[in-house]
Amino acid sequence: MSKNSLGREIPDIWRGRVLRPYRDPFSVQPEGPRVARPIRRVNPGDNKLLGSLREAIEASGLRDGMTIGAHHHLRNGDQVLNSVVKEIAAMGIRDIGIASSSIHPVHEVLIPFIRDGVITRIESGVNGRISRMVSTGQLDVPIVTRTHGGRGRAMMCGDIKVDVAFVGAPTCDEYGNICASKGPSACGVVGYSHSDADYADCVIAVTDNLVPYPAFPISIPQTKVDYVVQVDSLGDPSKIVSTTTRVTTDPIGLQIAKYAATVIDLSGLLKTGFSFQTGAGGASLATAANVRDLMRKRGIVGSFGAGGITGYFVDMLEEGLLEALFDVQSFDLKAVASVGRNPAHIEMSADMYANPFNAGCVVNRLDCVVLGAREIDTNFNVNVNTESDGTLNGNTGGHADTAAGAKLAIVVAPSIRARLPIVRDEVTTISTPGETIDAIVTERGVALNSKYQALAPDLRRRGIPVKSIVELRDEIYGITGAPRPIEFTDNIVGLVEYRDGTITDVIRQVKG
Amino acid sequence: MIHPQLRRSLLYVPGNMPAMLQNIPIFSCDVCIIDLEDAVPRTEKDTARLLSRRFIEGYTQRNKEVYVRINGLDTPYFRDDLAQILPAMPDGIRLPKCEHPSHLRRIDDLLTEFEEYLGCEIGRFKVIASVESAQGIINVNETARASSRLVALGFSAEDYTANLQIDRPKTGEHLVVPRQLLLMACRAADIQAIDTVWADASDQEGFRRECEHIKVLGFDGKSLINPRQIDVLHEVLAPKPDEIDYALQVVDAIKGAREQGTGVVSLGGKMIDAPVVARAVRVLLSAKSLGLVDTDIDEQVIYGDADS
Repeated sequence: MSKNSLGREIPDIWRGRVLRPYRDPFSVQPEGPRVARPIRRVNPGDNKLLGSLREAIEASGLRDGMTIGAHHHLRNGDQVLNSVVKEIAAMGIRDIGIASSSIHPVHEVLIPFIRDGVITRIESGVNGRISRMVSTGQLDVPIVTRTHGGRGRAMMCGDIKVDVAFVGAPTCDEYGNICASKGPSACGVVGYSHSDADYADCVIAVTDNLVPYPAFPISIPQTKVDYVVQVDSLGDPSKIVSTTTRVTTDPIGLQIAKYAATVIDLSGLLKTGFSFQTGAGGASLATAANVRDLMRKRGIVGSFGAGGITGYFVDMLEEGLLEALFDVQSFDLKAVASVGRNPAHIEMSADMYANPFNAGCVVNRLDCVVLGAREIDTNFNVNVNTESDGTLNGNTGGHADTAAGAKLAIVVAPSIRARLPIVRDEVTTISTPGETIDAIVTERGVALNSKYQALAPDLRRRGIPVKSIVELRDEIYGITGAPRPIEFTDNIVGLVEYRDGTITDVIRQVKG
Repeated sequence: MIHPQLRRSLLYVPGNMPAMLQNIPIFSCDVCIIDLEDAVPRTEKDTARLLSRRFIEGYTQRNKEVYVRINGLDTPYFRDDLAQILPAMPDGIRLPKCEHPSHLRRIDDLLTEFEEYLGCEIGRFKVIASVESAQGIINVNETARASSRLVALGFSAEDYTANLQIDRPKTGEHLVVPRQLLLMACRAADIQAIDTVWADASDQEGFRRECEHIKVLGFDGKSLINPRQIDVLHEVLAPKPDEIDYALQVVDAIKGAREQGTGVVSLGGKMIDAPVVARAVRVLLSAKSLGLVDTDIDEQVIYGDADS
C-alpha cells in the first residue's frame, strides 16, 4: 500500500496488476510506440458478411481468456453486448473480459454469466445491478473504471488488449462501412468505438440495418472492419436516445445555472472563439441557456461545443452561436439528425476527444466545461462513481478529462440531495482530482479554487454569495448534520483509473 | 415618510414543506412569506407551525425579511399561529382577509400583548395586510391608517374575484378599480402597495406583462408563488440609468448637506425633501440588488440621527 497525492491508500499490486498511484494531472510521460493490430489482406471478391453472430465469433478466433470490446452508444436500449455474451457462453468459451465504454442496467442479464465464469473481468465503469452486487460482495468480478480519454489511452498503450471488438452499427454495408446516424437504432455517432476499430485484433460490425454498398456518412470505414453480421435488432430504440433533453424548471437548478453563467461571464473567457461543454443534466443545460442568452446579447460567436451533444447545442450551432460541434456521443434525436446532415457537426473519437497521450485532444482546447457531481470534498475533489451508500454506480465518462483540459472547470450541484450534504469533508470516491476543478457552484453560493480567487469581488458585486468551500460545507452541515461514515471491508472490488493510467482511488466492498 | 425598505418581491413558501423552507435563504426575493393559511391543509396546521418556527429560529443570517401569513381572524387557528410563530421572531405578520380597519386594530392589540410577553420592543412585529373582497376595498382608506405597524397593503385578486362572482381573465381589466383604490389609499397613508399573485407559474410572458402593468400603476411590489418569477419581476422593476443617475445625485447632495449640519438641500433648483430621498434610496437599493451600482447605502448618513 502507498498513499497517492490525494491521500488515498493504493495497493502496490491488485489482482496481478502493478498499480501506479496518482500524483498530479499532467506529469506522467508515456514511452514507446502505440500498439498495433495485425495487418491483413482482403482480396477482390472476398466476403466479409457472415450469416450469424456465432459464425463471426468463430471467424474472429475468440477463445478462453480473451477480451471483447463494445460501446455504450445504445445506452440502456443496448442488446448487442447481451447477445454476444449469450452466444459466447453457448459456444462454451470462458474467462472473457469485457472492455466496453460503459455497462448499463440493461446488461444485468449478464449476471449469470459472471457467476458461471464466462465473464471474469470488466474494464469499464458499471451502472445498475451488477455494480451494486459487486460492491456488496454478492458478485465477484474485478472492475476498472476509466475516463473516456483514459479508455482510448489504455487501448493505445496496450493496457487493455481487445481481441475482438463488437461494434453495434445502426447502419452498415456488407463491406463494413459503419454509419451511426441512420437506421432504426440510429445513435448519431460511435465515438467510443473508434479506438476499438484502431486497436482490436478483430473488428465485427453488428447491424440491424444492412444497406447496399456504400453506407454513408461513414463513422468507421471498411478498412478497419473485418466482418459484418446482420441481426434482427440492436436493441430498444426508445431507450437509445432521449426524445428531447430539457432545461430544468426547478428553481434550485435555475439558481445554480444563473450563478454558474455569471462565473463564466466574469471569467473573461466569454468572447469570440469561446469553446464550451456541458453535461445533459438540467442545471448544466440551464447554464448553457444563460450563456447562450449572453452570447446573443453581445453578438459573440463561439468556436465549438464538445462532448456528448444535445439538441440544445445543435440549436446554438444552427443559430450561428457556435462554429462547430465535436460529438463523441449524441444524446437526443435532434443531435442524431443533425450529425447526419450538418458538416459543421463533427463525429469525434474518444481518442480525439480526451486521450492525453496523442498529439493533442479536444479537451485541451476547451475554454469552459460545466460538470455535475455526486459529492464534492473540501479539497474540491469530485465523486461521480459511487453512491452515498458506498456502492459503485457509474462511469467517470469525460468528467476528469474535461476538468483537466478546460481553462475553467465548473462543477454545478445542489447543496443537498435527499437530506444528504453534497459538499462534505471527504468524498466516498475520488473520480476527478480537485486540483483540476476551478469552481463549485451550488444554490447556496460559489466556492472558488485558487486559480480563480480573483473573481470573488466581482461575483459579490453581482449579488452572488462567494464562500470558501469550508464555509459552504459548514452551512450545509448546519442543515443536514455531518454524514455518518460508510463502513467498508478491506476487499477492493474495483479501481478508479485516471486518464493517464494512474489510480486516483479504489472501490472497496461495503460492509454489512 | 415612506420607508425605503425594498419590498418588490414577496415570495410565498408553504409552511408545511421543509424542503422548500430550507431554500428560503437562497432566493433573491426581498421578502419571504411563510404560509400557514391557504397553502396548508387543515390537518397540517400544527406541522406547519412547528416547522416554520424551527426554520425561523435557525435562520440567523437573515438576508431578507421574513413574514408569516397566519390564518384569518375568522378561523380557530390564528391564535395558535401567533403563539407558535412570534417567539421565533419573524419580521412581521401577513394578515389575510383584512376587510375592515377593526381587523387591523385587533391584530395590533394581539401583537402588542405578545411583545410585552416576549419582552421585546412594542411595534417590533410589522404587518402587511391583504385586502381580498369588495368590502375590503370600500374600507381600504381607513384600513391603511388603522395601525402604525402596517407597512404595506397587499391585494388578493383570487378572493376578490370570487367575492364579486366573476371570472379572472389574465388581462386584468376587472381589477382596475380595486388596484387603483388600494394604491391611492397606500400612497395617502405613506405605506407600500403590493399587487396580487400571478397564479399561472408556467406563463412567464403573461407574468412579465402583468409586472409591466403594475409598474406603470405604481405598485411597490408583488406577491409571488414561484421563485422563477423573482428575476423577471426585478428586471421589470429595475430603475433606468437616468433614474439611477438622479438618485446618486440626490444621495450625494443629502450627504453633503448632512456634513454641513443641515437637512435641507436643493438639487438643480429643486428642493429635496424626505420622500425624494426615500425614493432615491429605494432606486439605489434596487439597482444595487441587480448589480447596476456599487454604492453602499448608509442609512445614518442619509437620515442623520436615527430618530430624525
